[in-house]
Amino acid sequence: MLPGVRLTLGFTIAYLLFLVIVPLSTLFVRTARLGWSGFFDAATSQRAIAAYKLSVGTSVTAAVVNGVFGLLVAWVLTRYRFTGRSIADALVDLPFALPTAVAGVALTTLYAQNGLIGALFAPHGIKIAFTPLGITVALTFIGLPFVVRSVQPVLETLPKEIEEVAATLGADRWQTFRRVILPALTPALVAGVSLSFARAIGEYGSVVFISGNMPGRTEIAPLLIMSKLEQYDYSGATAIAVVMLLLSAVILIGAGLLQRRAAKRAA
Amino acid sequence: MKTFRTLARLTLALALVAPIGRTAAAQEKVTLLNVSYDPTRELYKEINATFARVWKQRTGQDLEIKQSHAGSGAQARAVIDGLEADVVTLALAYDIDEIAARGKTLPADWQKKLPHNSTPFASTIVFVVRKGNPKGIKDWNDLIRPDVQVITANPKTSGGARWNYLGAWGYALQKNKGSEAAARDFVAKLYKNVPVLDAGARGSTTTFVERGIGDVLIAWENEALLSVKQLGPDKFDIVIPSVSIQAEPPVAVNETVAAKHGTTRVARAYLEFLYTDAAQGIAAKHYFRPTGPRSLAKYGAAFPKVPQFTIDKVFGGWTKAQKTHFADGGIFDQIYSTAGK
Repeated sequence: MLPGVRLTLGFTIAYLLFLVIVPLSTLFVRTARLGWSGFFDAATSQRAIAAYKLSVGTSVTAAVVNGVFGLLVAWVLTRYRFTGRSIADALVDLPFALPTAVAGVALTTLYAQNGLIGALFAPHGIKIAFTPLGITVALTFIGLPFVVRSVQPVLETLPKEIEEVAATLGADRWQTFRRVILPALTPALVAGVSLSFARAIGEYGSVVFISGNMPGRTEIAPLLIMSKLEQYDYSGATAIAVVMLLLSAVILIGAGLLQRRAAKRAA
Repeated sequence: MKTFRTLARLTLALALVAPIGRTAAAQEKVTLLNVSYDPTRELYKEINATFARVWKQRTGQDLEIKQSHAGSGAQARAVIDGLEADVVTLALAYDIDEIAARGKTLPADWQKKLPHNSTPFASTIVFVVRKGNPKGIKDWNDLIRPDVQVITANPKTSGGARWNYLGAWGYALQKNKGSEAAARDFVAKLYKNVPVLDAGARGSTTTFVERGIGDVLIAWENEALLSVKQLGPDKFDIVIPSVSIQAEPPVAVNETVAAKHGTTRVARAYLEFLYTDAAQGIAAKHYFRPTGPRSLAKYGAAFPKVPQFTIDKVFGGWTKAQKTHFADGGIFDQIYSTAGK
């Protein structure tokens, strides 16, 4: 055994215990007070189901969009040298730092029908703010850094020579990207996309401003939790939280398996 | 090196002595924590400064009143979860009822401890319209016209917005000789005209004012007067409906906590002070309607007359109103589940 293993392992376990395991178990304990039928009623009401669909749907879409465009951003930032690159690089982290409510208000201002961007789409009958599309925009915004920051280091260590080798072996650029670069990037990309998804599914602060919060239509699951809390229905709120937790766990574990398989194939 | 060591020792000695000095000073100074809701920040800032002076004169004690502001429901939950409020001053009695029921830090009959249902100053629900009132909105029944878009917050998440809903319901009830079915139909039509349900009242104001969405914003009178003053008297008008609900933001001493802090006496005096002419005048300046008859005569003239009904009379109190209208599966939810189909 390496020296210090016991100490660091002890720390890790204690750390996870107090910050993750105990708080999450309380969630299950609180829900348990409802009993099975109470839990079932609270967790599977028509509105709750509409909210899960909306939350998962918009979060997945946002994560996938981030997967594509985050990869592009990371690629540009590592492979090209241009003026303002370091500024662009710093900008990527902004969604991390910005209070989400500020992001929500700013995005709503831009994407509302009379907003700078919203006004461009409104004449074509496309409404962004106060629709699921607006929610997706907000979730994409807050999730972008995860993909870029996961992919970037891997791209940086990927030697440029392998692209040249691929070219000398007769691969065209698309083949080089698809057969050489992408497999190497996939594990990092999957990790970034799942982080982006995880961040999106729990997001409340920025979304409530842009979503419009119409029951059954643009009501995200975290808002439903808030409206239950507003009625002091703690157990009902935790019931929805538990479902969200399980849904996220399933999706994240799935992504983890995908990542592992991709890593094996790349190796 | 030697001077450094002396310096270090001196610092250490000071550091050890300093807290003793501080606790001695703290014994003469009392601190109160007033846990309140969002739009009362400026109001209490002024009242607190005035009351601290009064208290100093009366007892010679220095008094510091700390303020905490957020959504009314969130504040109530914080108090239930252990935020050590000496007094609570929230947007609706229901939130304090829940503190009494769940936190058990104040008695169930808290609302009987002070005059006017423990409501030192009240407000009412009014409409904010675009300048010149282009849609000619005069009363509640204009809000259900198909050409009118109404902005109000989600009553499920905003305590303040529940008063808006109840105002509409009470109006319809009066208009239709007490028919519940007619009231329900009226409120359902009204919410059909709502394009965006913000989570909080402030969000609705932003939607109406900044995004330019909607023809009319339903709001508390004090908030309406304040936003019109701040955001441009040249852009908005206020319309007073023919009848409205009296919005009662009540106050209470959080008794168990105050007893633990030894602040019961000062906390009571603080809330009683809210009923004095001095405090009522400050409240009127911040657009809250005084409830004391004397203060009402003195400051009430500034407010337009509007017949007001109370939640106790029309809805049988908050607990009942909450259960019937806003709980899961209540009338508000039913309105939306039928609107969706």
